[in-house]
Amino acid sequence: MAMDKLYEFLIGPALWVAVIVFVGGLAVRLAWLYGLSRERDKPWHDFEDPKWAWRSIIHWVLPWLSVSSRRQPVFTGAVWVFHILWIGVPLFLEAHNLLFEEAWGWSLPSLPAGLADWLTLVVIACVLFFLVRRLTRPEVRVLTSAWDYFLILLALSPFATGWLAYHQVGPYGLMLNLHIFLAEVLLVIIPFSKLGHLVLFFVSRASIGYDFGTRRGARVW
Amino acid sequence: MSDQSQNAGQEATPAAAPPAPAEAPEAPKPVDVGKIKAILEANDSARMRMWLSICSRCGLCAESCFFYLANNKDPKLSPAYKAINSIGKLYRAKGEVSREFLESLEDVIWGQCTTCKRCSMYCPFGIDIASMIAVARAVCYSQGIVPDGLARTTDNILRTGNQMEMPDEEWIETCNWMAEEYGEEIYGLEIPVDKQGADYMYTVNPREPMYYPQDVGMAAEIFHLAGLDWTVPSTGWDATNLAMFAGNKAVAAIPVKNMYDAAVKLGVGAIVITECGHAFRSAKFEGPYFLGIPGGKPPVPVIHSVELFRDIMRDGKIKLKHKFKHKVTYQDPCNVSRNGGLWDVGRELVNLLCEDFVDMSPNRELNHCCGGGGGYIPMGPPFKKRRMISGKVKADQIKATGADYVIVPCHNCFDQINDLNKEYELGVKVVSFKEIITELMVIPESMIPPEEDEEEALAQEEAMEEVSEEANKEASEVEGN
Repeated sequence: MAMDKLYEFLIGPALWVAVIVFVGGLAVRLAWLYGLSRERDKPWHDFEDPKWAWRSIIHWVLPWLSVSSRRQPVFTGAVWVFHILWIGVPLFLEAHNLLFEEAWGWSLPSLPAGLADWLTLVVIACVLFFLVRRLTRPEVRVLTSAWDYFLILLALSPFATGWLAYHQVGPYGLMLNLHIFLAEVLLVIIPFSKLGHLVLFFVSRASIGYDFGTRRGARVW
Repeated sequence: MSDQSQNAGQEATPAAAPPAPAEAPEAPKPVDVGKIKAILEANDSARMRMWLSICSRCGLCAESCFFYLANNKDPKLSPAYKAINSIGKLYRAKGEVSREFLESLEDVIWGQCTTCKRCSMYCPFGIDIASMIAVARAVCYSQGIVPDGLARTTDNILRTGNQMEMPDEEWIETCNWMAEEYGEEIYGLEIPVDKQGADYMYTVNPREPMYYPQDVGMAAEIFHLAGLDWTVPSTGWDATNLAMFAGNKAVAAIPVKNMYDAAVKLGVGAIVITECGHAFRSAKFEGPYFLGIPGGKPPVPVIHSVELFRDIMRDGKIKLKHKFKHKVTYQDPCNVSRNGGLWDVGRELVNLLCEDFVDMSPNRELNHCCGGGGGYIPMGPPFKKRRMISGKVKADQIKATGADYVIVPCHNCFDQINDLNKEYELGVKVVSFKEIITELMVIPESMIPPEEDEEEALAQEEAMEEVSEEANKEASEVEGN
């Protein structure tokens, strides 16, 4: 069947390509930015100090430690939950771990299927909330381009299709392939878009930590 | 030579507004794309790239900005919007932009931003929008697009090394004059010029010797009473740096170099910056980069008056008759608190001096810019109405404290809050730390001048009053927009 062939391809060579582009892309981007920074971001390197990097990062990794995040507590909470689940659910999903086991004889602990199912709905709810916020708050809408809507829907798409496939809504084979395909597209796009904040968040926060903290003796959260 | 003739006809102050020299309004100038590209390239750093690409358009920065808050939350005044549509567009277009576009930016990067950096605190990624705006300013400046008031200061620096083109001789004369005047009150008071190896080298804002010479006199009183080993340099005494806000790094390097050179030549222990915010930012943080000093630190430690005054008062080097009794609040200048880390030092000093202190809200590093920073005050009359509108945030903050006095260790904040005081009828008095300290300090017996002929003393007092009245009058004319 065509769907099976496609599945074999998506979970085989296509997945390899996606993962290599994802990891390699992020690594290359990081290395390239680091090289550029050595040459052009003198204040950054003049004032490097792990203590301020750590403080700067922790105040925005945990929710409500920064004044700005406290001003929009619901949004902050949703962002926090979304990011944790976005990374956590796929990694600890039973179905994924069965595939890991099959491929490498090794896997991570799995979430109970029912819980994972609910958590996926939470991810979907968070994204819906983000979309509504983006459309209704003028200061957010004015900043938003079509590309921003595309990226947020793309980030959601593997969850939505995965949930539909799990519940066998619609044609299962197609939905499953779509699920894998969209996840791969997402992996490939992450390193080259603002979704690169997956790692650049830490870099950016560290560098502003040096600038405000080490250099000026001031907090930046 | 033609410089000299312009020089003669020109008011030596950024706040007065003579017609800008050599601006031919009819002939539209072409855009020098090469220059723009060079500036963009020089600033195409890892952070710039990262910031421009990772901004997730969350909009959290909007509420940090007093321009946004004071103008009915106009979404186009959110910091991200301003950055994306100025520096973002410049990079996207690779510098190939029209003159009309650059001219439209003037409003955004000078008229809607004081580079106070409050938005960096509100951004989850800590994006430094003020630094990005500064690059857009450099691009516009390179094409002759810059508010006249700021353009004038850079011309002045080029001609005379200081932003108000006060000759060094006049500066020394002012110091001598003030030493004489204030020596009448405090025996032995002097203003040592170019004293080799002094502990502290005091630097000022040129408007002090120019319009408020008492400010220099009061500083001398404080340093003398505290028994400090201090000096003023005969060159490099201007700590301010409006070229930094105009977007001309090359010119911004000049006053900093003059100051560092003087400090190194005199072998002083530290440079002390007068009660001025941006001067501190320039001398301590940005200056080393204007000059390309490896390591990014000034050759001599730089401290702000607030720090030195705090040490003096804390160590009991000056005694007070009593604490200041009126209700006071404290304006955190952005470049002293948020961008200088001195919010606690400022409060310590306020509490050492005053008995009834009430803080604004928000405060410390989260204070709002007064609305006059980042070069806004010197931009003068064309921007004044907007300055008053966006300053409403600060006016409301002050009003809510119910204070009678606002202590302000920054000249730009000082002028802005004075303007707001009139505009919003706040009924407060705006004062510097120097004024409070000198009003309340106890002059030790040994420093009380030997008795003079009473009449002579009286005459001198009158003369003093006249001097300061004259100075005040002159200053208010200048700011009277």
